[in-house]
Amino acid sequence: MTWTWFHRLASPPYVYTLAARLTPWFAWPAALLIIGGLWGGLVMAPPDYQQGDGFRIIYVHAPSAWMSLMVYTTMASAAAVGLIWRIKVAHAVAASCAPIGASFTFAALVTGALWGQPMWGTYWQWDPRLTSELILLFLYLGYMGLRAGLEDTQRADRASAVLAVVGVVNVPIIHYSVTWWNSLHQAPSVMRLAKPTMALSMLVPLLMMLLGFTLFFAAILLVRLRGEVLSRERAASWIREIVNA
Amino acid sequence: MNRFGSPATHPVVQAGATHARRAPLWAATDRAAMFDAARLALARDLTLAFRKRGQLVQPLAFFAMVTMLFPLAISPELSRLREVAPGVVWAGALLASLLALEFLFRDDAYDGTLEQYALSGQSLTWLIFAKTVAHWLLTGVPLALMAPLAAFSLGVSAAAVPGIVASVAVGSVALSLIGSIGAALTLGIKRSGALLSLLTLPLSLPVLIFGARATQLAITGGPLAAPLELLAALAVLAVTLAPLAAAAAVRISLE
Amino acid sequence: MHDKCLDVENLHLWRGDRHVLRGLCFSLSSGECLQVTGANGSGKTSLLRTVCGLMYPEEGRILWEGQDVRGDLATFHCSLVYLGHEPPLKAELSARENLHYWIGVRRRVGAAALDSALERVGASAWCDRLVRTLSAGQRRRAALAGLALSMVPLWLLDEPTTNLDTEGQQLVGGLIAEQLERGGMVVAAVHHELPATVRDLRRLELSA
Repeated sequence: MTWTWFHRLASPPYVYTLAARLTPWFAWPAALLIIGGLWGGLVMAPPDYQQGDGFRIIYVHAPSAWMSLMVYTTMASAAAVGLIWRIKVAHAVAASCAPIGASFTFAALVTGALWGQPMWGTYWQWDPRLTSELILLFLYLGYMGLRAGLEDTQRADRASAVLAVVGVVNVPIIHYSVTWWNSLHQAPSVMRLAKPTMALSMLVPLLMMLLGFTLFFAAILLVRLRGEVLSRERAASWIREIVNA
Repeated sequence: MNRFGSPATHPVVQAGATHARRAPLWAATDRAAMFDAARLALARDLTLAFRKRGQLVQPLAFFAMVTMLFPLAISPELSRLREVAPGVVWAGALLASLLALEFLFRDDAYDGTLEQYALSGQSLTWLIFAKTVAHWLLTGVPLALMAPLAAFSLGVSAAAVPGIVASVAVGSVALSLIGSIGAALTLGIKRSGALLSLLTLPLSLPVLIFGARATQLAITGGPLAAPLELLAALAVLAVTLAPLAAAAAVRISLE
Repeated sequence: MHDKCLDVENLHLWRGDRHVLRGLCFSLSSGECLQVTGANGSGKTSLLRTVCGLMYPEEGRILWEGQDVRGDLATFHCSLVYLGHEPPLKAELSARENLHYWIGVRRRVGAAALDSALERVGASAWCDRLVRTLSAGQRRRAALAGLALSMVPLWLLDEPTTNLDTEGQQLVGGLIAEQLERGGMVVAAVHHELPATVRDLRRLELSA
């Protein structure tokens, strides 16, 4: 019995309608959490004794960085499912994730640079986390580039799935080696984007933002997924039924 | 619908019919051993490379040229160049091996021999590993031997030579293997050079980091066991996992 | 010695949006040759590649000796040889060397067997010249020598008579006839009829 819902998830028409129904359930809580988190972080939380008001960018930077990694893992998992069990909807999910993840990565880099300016006086430092984020951005771009370069959708799906799985295995290795590299050349001044020690009033809005971003990702993914399914199944009869209804 | 010829026009041959059938000659027992098959794949690639010797030199010439760019772009002072020597040598080696990667599967995919490997009944993973070993012997080893020359031109002393050769030799094993994945994924894409670089470089960064560190320690005379061992660990990991991914990618490109 | 048998059940294959193979079924036993005809784009090559296991059908099964080939593709591959449009030869090797590597990866091949296969296809005169100096017909003959050498029950041939003169086409017919007499089977995708030396052809016509 438990496998029936799994099999239904592999059916594009079912996923198409399910995604439409689920989107508001993710979108509204996401909006509330993000607004609440922003208000709590930007207005309510007290300024950090060391960094002043400059630390507040963490309320956007940390969730973006967290999401960039989480989306990559989701993308790789969906791709692996599609590769092993040959489920086309899983490939559609992976394809939909990629631009979202790349955007989160880009946002993390930009907010990291903006944070760096008051902290270090320059917009860019080869901080291990920022460097890892930059490499992750290239992993996303490589994935999207491979998809774009292969015309046959089925081959693009499967090849990019292999790439995503290889990438997800490499991410810890890359992160470790970048941290190691950075530790070798530690300058006397504080180079890292140091998280300030968190009081509860600072932590709660951060967690709200994290959860809000996650739900936001889910909502956007569902919207993109519907578009992706439509584009892939454009020749199928069930699309015509929906259009004519 | 698809139509069939009617079976009535085809006489059924009974056992013991008047014209004797020739006994089939196939025997499942003379299948080639996996190691022999891999050895043949390696031998073929090496033979082919030596018949097209001109192509072998290209990555090395590229490496020499890249090394030459830096003194011209930075400064002729050897003391300054010595500081950047590890980075220059490794950036050059990485770019040169990227250049050579395009040839790894391209010809075989084009003339159908890669397809025959997939249909040979042998493990495609092993055959691809053999091809990658051939590629390393033809690219990585010469680069490792040329790296000291590049380093000399940047003011590095002769005492650093063993360390530099060792780090580039071990690192290029991982580079060839990681690159084989990208090469297999981009099979058949026209002008795939930039995409291949985009796919391979992020995955090769750990090799660059540890390799450059090992080279730097070799130049300054420090203990390079740690980064060299990390390079070896990466190479071992690549040997175990990369051929699997490359074989999967090759099968996908044949679909 | 037991009879070999190839069964194709309800094969459906899509290439992109095109439904190329639509519920194809056939059965082939020892000593039978299936001639597949059809216009360009009707799916002849796709059918051969799906039977090989290179392409994955959306629905349907391929059975070899009663077993689904997906269960053990490697063993199935040991029992077949596939010859595509282009002969799988490296230009910088001689015909003999090509066969040595191509078939040697599959099974142990002695020098005597190589020589006799090359002689069978009339290649003894030029078998040690580099393939890039050979004509298209000669390359095709060299590939046919590989067929004779591979000693497998199932041959999957995609347009085996391309680039061959009348004598060459008779050679193809002769090779196929010998294979059938040995109890093997052949599936050949062709534009024109196979030579008359192949008797009792089964026919399959694919529509685009």
